[in-house]
Amino acid sequence: MTIAVKTFSRLGEAASALSSERGARFFGGGTILMRMVNEADPNVATIIRATDPAFTRISASSGRIELGAGVTMAAILADRELSFLHPVARAVGGPAIREAATVGGNLFAQNPYGDFATALLALDAIVTLAGGFGQREQPLEEFLASRERSGAILVTGVAFKRPAADAFRFTKVTRVRPKGISVLSIAAYLPMASGRISGARIAYGAMDRTPVRGKAAERALEGHALDASGVGPAVAVAADGTSPVDDAIASAWWRREILPVHLRRLLLGAGHV
Amino acid sequence: MLELRKDIFADERDDNLKEIGKPTARQDILGHVTGTSPYYDDHRFAGMLHLKILRSPHAHARIRSIDDSAAARAPGVKRIIRAADVPVNLNTLLSLIQFGKDDEPSLASDVVRYKGEPIIGIVATSERAAQEALALVRVSYDPLPAVFDVEEALKPGAASVNPTYPKNTFEYYGKYDHQKLRYGDADAAFAKCDVVIDERYQMSPIEHAPTETNGSIAVPDTNGRFVVHTSTQALFFSLDTSAKINAMQSNQLHFIGGTVGGGFGGKVDTLTEPLAILAARLTGAPVRHRLSRHEEMQFGSPRGAERIYIKDGMTRDGRIVARKVRAYFDSGAYTRLSSYAAVKCAAHIPGPYTIPNVHADVYCVFTNRTPATAMRGFGVTALDFALECQMDKLATAIGMDPIEFRILNAYRDGDMKAHRREAKNCALIECAQVAAEKANWPIREEYKRMSSRNGGAAAAPHAPAAIAPSRQAAAAPQRAPYDRVSAAPTQPAPSPTQPAPSPPPRAPQPAPAAPTGSSHGAPRFSSVFGTRRR
Amino acid sequence: MRTPIQFTLNGEDVAVFAESGSNLLDVLRETVGDLTVKGGCWQGTCGVCTVLIDGAPRVACVTLAEACAGRSVETVAGLRRGPDLHPLQTAFMERFAAQCGYCTPGMLMAAKALLDRNPAPSREEVVDAIGGNICRCTGYEPIIEAILDASRSNSRRSA
Repeated sequence: MTIAVKTFSRLGEAASALSSERGARFFGGGTILMRMVNEADPNVATIIRATDPAFTRISASSGRIELGAGVTMAAILADRELSFLHPVARAVGGPAIREAATVGGNLFAQNPYGDFATALLALDAIVTLAGGFGQREQPLEEFLASRERSGAILVTGVAFKRPAADAFRFTKVTRVRPKGISVLSIAAYLPMASGRISGARIAYGAMDRTPVRGKAAERALEGHALDASGVGPAVAVAADGTSPVDDAIASAWWRREILPVHLRRLLLGAGHV
Repeated sequence: MLELRKDIFADERDDNLKEIGKPTARQDILGHVTGTSPYYDDHRFAGMLHLKILRSPHAHARIRSIDDSAAARAPGVKRIIRAADVPVNLNTLLSLIQFGKDDEPSLASDVVRYKGEPIIGIVATSERAAQEALALVRVSYDPLPAVFDVEEALKPGAASVNPTYPKNTFEYYGKYDHQKLRYGDADAAFAKCDVVIDERYQMSPIEHAPTETNGSIAVPDTNGRFVVHTSTQALFFSLDTSAKINAMQSNQLHFIGGTVGGGFGGKVDTLTEPLAILAARLTGAPVRHRLSRHEEMQFGSPRGAERIYIKDGMTRDGRIVARKVRAYFDSGAYTRLSSYAAVKCAAHIPGPYTIPNVHADVYCVFTNRTPATAMRGFGVTALDFALECQMDKLATAIGMDPIEFRILNAYRDGDMKAHRREAKNCALIECAQVAAEKANWPIREEYKRMSSRNGGAAAAPHAPAAIAPSRQAAAAPQRAPYDRVSAAPTQPAPSPTQPAPSPPPRAPQPAPAAPTGSSHGAPRFSSVFGTRRR
Repeated sequence: MRTPIQFTLNGEDVAVFAESGSNLLDVLRETVGDLTVKGGCWQGTCGVCTVLIDGAPRVACVTLAEACAGRSVETVAGLRRGPDLHPLQTAFMERFAAQCGYCTPGMLMAAKALLDRNPAPSREEVVDAIGGNICRCTGYEPIIEAILDASRSNSRRSA
């Protein structure tokens, strides 16, 4: 079978081709798709590419940040206005992978990958989708829950509110450093009011089928200070509602055991990649 | 940086170290940094075809049927290779030195015995065409009960893995299901010990994961000959194995080893050459057979997992008086090199220590896992992990410093080893002393003064008698450049007060090898047969 | 379907036809004939096939070849200038930074990507730069030392 490669200068055209071409897959950075092609995966017959400048655009100077789905981890690392996301981008692969890996691609990465999606989940991101319907927006949490069933839909970008200074934290736990696949990752948005947490959002990577919110921990953190006794209740329920799996990197049991440890460190301020 | 402690054993050295201690550039480093070192895959041939293999998804299953008709018609496919096409479809690597029975097929025909076992091969004009054709092959399986644990495999009623060895153990000398070491009477000695520690150690299989995967390219040459570029670490093993499996004369094969892109033992098993050559013969074209990374992990042999039980008995003075070892090598579904690993393990017990009562049973066990092979000191390294963990536990139990404990129990020149060989050129004590010094690890003066050269056999209170003088004389002393020069001929150790235990019967000489087509006048390795070539 | 691809390779123009959907590693080795690029996994995970595309490090095995049209590709074949080795190559030789040599081309290109952008990296930056390259032989220390040596010799040269 020969593979067809089709390149479009408009995201809308790329989206149409994605739903109409046989065995079509969208090419973000290629780090996932090219592996499938190299392994002669029969599900990939057509590669759809987009050269639309909107796809790689970063708009970060205001309170609302927009990232085109084709923005690479390297591009994020090169942008000073996105410094709060640098620990996340730096945790994805090595330098060569970061030059290729995209925001959009990370949304579709299978467990235990998807660390950038985990961060976006804590940032309450909205994804913009293009398909037969034109364009629409969907909260990332909903998108992740239904992404296997979403069919040939193209994610064109993500948007989220710029977090308050120093309110965003991220940690990735790996066996191999500096690069490694997640045992788990935790992203936390920790806004404070009068020294107490107000409206925290916590997201976990590699603790479920997709990145998920740690809602039990969020509720237990509400109104507490970020000190040893304040974070205690949240740490106690850290893994509630998660369903980690056994894989080559770690067992589900191990992930459940260490999640509270790393959440505690992140909340008390030891949090860095 | 490199410090040469020539003060140690100074009277034994002639200071002729011309290379050691001086930096010398690797002869291939220029090739490495320019990307021009020739790995097997850095050769291209017009019309080269690609061989890919269909592999078992089951750990143990009967193959009910194979339908490759759609695959045969797929675009780019030149030939399908089936079990019936392989001229000699049962082999074991060490048959080349008459060690072990042929047990492993190149392509499975009726039963698959591990996940990843090769079933059929497809030769096509591109890797992609071959992979796509593989997806069209329909195989139906009847899964069979499988066994994955070495001790489970030895229980009565366990699934039988390998029909050549139906009881799931390799056979030594045609009748023994394990390697046995006996010296003194460990069980009796335990009863007289002050401290007994009994532990179990377990390691997992370890994948070599070389950055270059296994592969080879077979190229028809002239006059019925084939040139083979290969990643192998074991060029002559691979050539002779390929000749045997293809029922060819070895002089029909011209093997050219590439720079090996990482081997570590994972490129000694002749994994790709025999079928590459067969494919070249059947198509008349050059054929590359290259393992993907996934195949390297799944099908490429790992270092075999080992389970080791060690029971040690100590007296209050810190001397280990008895050591009992039971070790199981997980060979996976076929022998490859595990048979030899178990021999090396048995030869290494009880470690570099003088212990008067040693009892060991070492098994090479078959399970439905990927067949295991050599890796960096195989047979010995895992055992050393277990022994040294045990030594630390013993030291802790008796309240001794772990380095002093090792120095106390270390073998010394003249000591009788459990294998009835005299210990010579011992240096563990000196190594431990220097290591302690370098690590700023304090040890007592008494231990700093100990030496491998004294405190040996005569001083050990419990040592059983040495073997009879006549046998001792028959073992001609080895004269290596750094051998200790003795003033007098070696004396047998003085008899202790107890009557000497009768030595166990000598291992029987192996039966003369039945003549085979590919007996190449192979030498006998004494470590394999347990006898010394006189 | 064969598709035309044009790019520069180590400063020279290259124009080839390759199967649509081919990765850059296979095109470089099989079609262009640059065998100095090595392949280890074809999954993008080992870094052995690291090349530079417009100065940025990329793993060629998961790079779509036709997306490189018009770009500047660099491999280890282009490191030396005639008989003169690149300082990185000399440093690797002097520091015993290669044993089997299979990861070496990828390591050199990852190091070049670093030093071209950051001529005086810290040790941490060197470690991060080769963070996507697996070596099974050396334990990485000689490689890190070699890259630091090369950066120092560069700064001596320009001083």
